[in-house]
Amino acid sequence: METKPVQFKNLSREESYGYDRKTLDYIRNAAAHGLYEIRGMGAKRKLPNFDDLVFLGASMSRYPLEGYREKCLTKTVLGTRFAKKPIELDIPITIAGMSFGALSANVKESLGLAATEMGTSTTTGDGGMTPEERRSSKILVYQCLPSRYGFNPDDVRKADAIEVVIGQGAKPGGGGMLLGQKVNPRVAKMRTLPEGVDQRSACRHPDWTGPDDLAIKIQELREITDWEKPIYVKVGATRTFNDVKLAVHAGADVVVVDGMQGGTAATQTCFIEHIGIPTLAAVRQAVNALEDLDMKGKVQLIVSGGIRTGADVAKALAMGADAVAIGQGVLVALGCNGETYFQNGTHHDAIADYNALGTAPGFCHHCHTGKCPVGVTTQDATLEQRLTPAVGAKHLKNYLKTLNMELTTIARACGKQNVHHLEPEDLAALTIEAAAMAGIPLAGTNWIPGKGF
Amino acid sequence: MERLTFDLATQPLRELNTFLHNDAKDGKARHVTVLNPDGAHNIAVGLDCPVEVEIVGHAGYYAGGMNKSASVTITGSAGTGVAENMMSGKVHVKGFASNGAGASAHGGLLVIDGDAGLRCGISLKGGNIVVGGSVGSFSAFMAQAGRMVICGDAGDALGDSLYEAVLYVKGNVKSLGADAQYEPMTDEDIAAVASLLDQAGLDHDPKAFRRIASKRSLYHWNADANQEY
Repeated sequence: METKPVQFKNLSREESYGYDRKTLDYIRNAAAHGLYEIRGMGAKRKLPNFDDLVFLGASMSRYPLEGYREKCLTKTVLGTRFAKKPIELDIPITIAGMSFGALSANVKESLGLAATEMGTSTTTGDGGMTPEERRSSKILVYQCLPSRYGFNPDDVRKADAIEVVIGQGAKPGGGGMLLGQKVNPRVAKMRTLPEGVDQRSACRHPDWTGPDDLAIKIQELREITDWEKPIYVKVGATRTFNDVKLAVHAGADVVVVDGMQGGTAATQTCFIEHIGIPTLAAVRQAVNALEDLDMKGKVQLIVSGGIRTGADVAKALAMGADAVAIGQGVLVALGCNGETYFQNGTHHDAIADYNALGTAPGFCHHCHTGKCPVGVTTQDATLEQRLTPAVGAKHLKNYLKTLNMELTTIARACGKQNVHHLEPEDLAALTIEAAAMAGIPLAGTNWIPGKGF
Repeated sequence: MERLTFDLATQPLRELNTFLHNDAKDGKARHVTVLNPDGAHNIAVGLDCPVEVEIVGHAGYYAGGMNKSASVTITGSAGTGVAENMMSGKVHVKGFASNGAGASAHGGLLVIDGDAGLRCGISLKGGNIVVGGSVGSFSAFMAQAGRMVICGDAGDALGDSLYEAVLYVKGNVKSLGADAQYEPMTDEDIAAVASLLDQAGLDHDPKAFRRIASKRSLYHWNADANQEY
């Protein structure tokens, strides 16, 4: 009789670190299709982030403010450098640029309604300005993107500020891709494209190529708007120190820096996970650049990419940002990755629709398919009804209110009457990586790696 | 006031543009002459009324940018991005034009009597462009709608990644870009070229032009289009 080998259960099932099941899946998928994967949302891998910082609340050496009663200002002014009409916000939390096309018209309207109630701004995206979002948004930032889809001077004149988009954190150096299933008749018409094509967005602007050209382009936008509107320049975080300096040189009123955790509606996974630097590192570089040019407070800084909580907002401000912009958090507030959607006064189970996409609530990144089970990132006539503007606006308003309460309560605990008084000195880092990237001392020490002891 | 002259040697550009946006729109001038442009950038940008502007000399970047309804003539040459994102109206360059002429124009007519640089008609979105001379490489890159008539030659990669825009070339084409192809000229094409040449005031035989349009093989993402994206 043959003897069976002894089974060492754990050893014989040891998973490889380099060739784990995710990597095996990736290779098999590549072998099956010959195309890179495209998906939505931002980087999923573990990155140093704002959770790696903590606040040093007031104690003996600092005097706190009463958490609920004492005044703590949140007013934020953007675009004070050249614009005759700077943007005045009630809170330093804005809605990031997301396109009509990626999002449904209902969602764009929800964003406008909630932002208006909270006294903050919304931003258009690749695909132009819809009447719904202009109507619903008191303060609307109009993006000028490489593709120039739907870009026109009437909307430039209708906007409250203009954001020249050089790149975004999810894909610095890359253009976009709106897959055909989202190019419905209205989207196609706005973008001057045939219906249903897989639409590629350019990665470079058609009429300028470098920072010296951009200076002239910005001047053109100023001339067209008679120098009234603030001009923002948005960059994906890579060589942030140099890029922010060049944006300032080109004449930006406001610089928007989007870290690699920033989301997208559809981009190659290899971009999302492998191009760009974490937001934490980008904020430090951006602030250093402004300080180096003596432009802190003259050119405002908006930070985006993985801002989820009021604590994240407070940390970004303490590091030197003037405001933040939120995309994915906003979508989650509207129902993204939720198990149910709310329609006709009741909750409906969406799990079967997630399953049909091969995913489940909590893991979904299928924005690119246009089959969003909760009606957020879709152009489908049936699915988009799963989110109505009033319901979406109510949830988003609550989310923004919560963030703002968290922000002010942290500021008060640090003894600040104005959230813009938060400073790097209020922070400590929990990891060496975060200390090095954020330029914040490791908790319990005076040590910032790279800065000596 | 029917006619008005701005001298950029003594008057700031901002005054000219503000006048064109406001007073000209209110009908205070039908014809504006701009003297001594001296290559200044952003002359007559964002116009929004049927005023006629004549720039006597050379213009810098973005002359006539985002034009709507107005008619802008440049007697000399124009810098980068002339008539970029034009919506309607006409921009006429009597000399040469630099890179990105008529970039992303949604409508209107851009006429360049001389040659145009790189990327002429890039991202064209419905405007028409007539070039009396030749165009540089990567012209009509990703052009989505509208027509381009090129009376001279074209550089490399003409019409790369074209969508629905149509190009007509009389001279030699160094190379076509990805997804662009020659197609037979129909009577409709000949009539379109004749009409555009007539509007541009150029005298060529419309039958001498070749038609270039999209193969549409990149409209849907697939593994067989090796590295063509």
